[in-house]
Amino acid sequence: MSATQSLYEQIGGEAAVNAAVDVFYRKVLADDRISRFFDDVDMDRQIAKQKGFLTMAFGGPVAYTGKDMRTGHARLVAMGLNDSHFDAVVELLGRSLAELNVPANLIAQVAAIAESTRADVLNR
Amino acid sequence: MPAISFEGRSYPVAAEQSALDALLAGGVEAAHSCKAGTCGSCMMRAVEGALPEKAQAGLKASWKAQGYFLPCVCLPDADLSVAKVGSDARWGAAITALERLSSDVLGVRLTCDTVINFRAGQYITLLLGGVLARSYSIASLPGGLDIEIHVRRIAGGKMSGWLHDTAKVSDRVQIQGPSGDCFYLPGNPDQPLLLAGTGTGLAPLYGILLDALREGHKGPISLFHGAVDEGGLYLRDQLRDLAARYTNLEYTPCLLRETDGSMACGSIEQVVLRRLPKLTGWRAFVCGDPVIVNLLRKKIFLAGAASRDIYGDAFVPSALT
Repeated sequence: MSATQSLYEQIGGEAAVNAAVDVFYRKVLADDRISRFFDDVDMDRQIAKQKGFLTMAFGGPVAYTGKDMRTGHARLVAMGLNDSHFDAVVELLGRSLAELNVPANLIAQVAAIAESTRADVLNR
Repeated sequence: MPAISFEGRSYPVAAEQSALDALLAGGVEAAHSCKAGTCGSCMMRAVEGALPEKAQAGLKASWKAQGYFLPCVCLPDADLSVAKVGSDARWGAAITALERLSSDVLGVRLTCDTVINFRAGQYITLLLGGVLARSYSIASLPGGLDIEIHVRRIAGGKMSGWLHDTAKVSDRVQIQGPSGDCFYLPGNPDQPLLLAGTGTGLAPLYGILLDALREGHKGPISLFHGAVDEGGLYLRDQLRDLAARYTNLEYTPCLLRETDGSMACGSIEQVVLRRLPKLTGWRAFVCGDPVIVNLLRKKIFLAGAASRDIYGDAFVPSALT
């Protein structure tokens, strides 16, 4: 693994996103703490959103602005989205990647990127 | 330099430029967001020309088959003709058969003026008098001029009321479409197939089943049809005959309400999951009432089926924003 590779490349790029999305979304849907926030009427649309999220968290080529994050999650914040739910998502993300044998140091970097969105997601 | 033709104009594509950027540079207000092939908001349909593989990476097989692609990750090597998703032409057709399938379901055969390219399980929109429009799934196989649909009588429904009470053979209608990504694709003939639906959700499932059998699908095929009571079940004899003829086909009618024990009982997702608790590796088609379709899709996904292997008829590409 070359040191010049980006995090996104090291994890495996778009193929890794496609591999991780089902594992991650299945955990989210099965988790009573947070499933209600992800229970969209259209599963294909949810999968597309989760792919966008994973691409961003993997350091990939998705450029969400802080404003995108705020408007995108405003409805969920109104439903009561808080730190405990955010923590649960980061936890499930880490468990999904561990299950897919992503090395711990890369998972830590992914978690840090996810963490950097906390204030915008929770609209603070 | 390849060019993209879109709504009657041509847009040149520079080296290393994406189809989306070429359209945007030419002044087209094309919807887009991530520009990285993940969010799906720029999705378009290629009408002519060969797409690079990357332009369809990660899309469902049935979307690929219809030419859907993501312009933001499409670097064309050759000329392409593209269209917005959901822009459909209209065709004329005549009603050529009306057959009562159950107390409230009518089978309608439409004979089109020209051959329409469709796949069993997709839906068409039926138009009457230019104002009344309703969508119906296709229950028959392509290859000729005929399209068969199943029409349930809706209380106070204008189109279903007209078809049930007034329409007669040789009446003229218009057809728009086809649309929808809920259909069988050959390839992977040993994959187990789950077909589950309620009410006239059987129409697309019946079409998909006929298609899979015609293509010689070898893996197990499990069809579940749910209804509130016995009056809601139809095509039972045809399906039993098919199940007798094809050993890989299992047909399970099920009723919501308590029965004498001769039939599976409970909500359809309970019946499906009792029979098939583990669905890893399965391809699933779910049709019918949107609430039930949504619930079924989720349960099937949680039971292990991959999201891209689950097809439902609630698909609307334009809603992918």
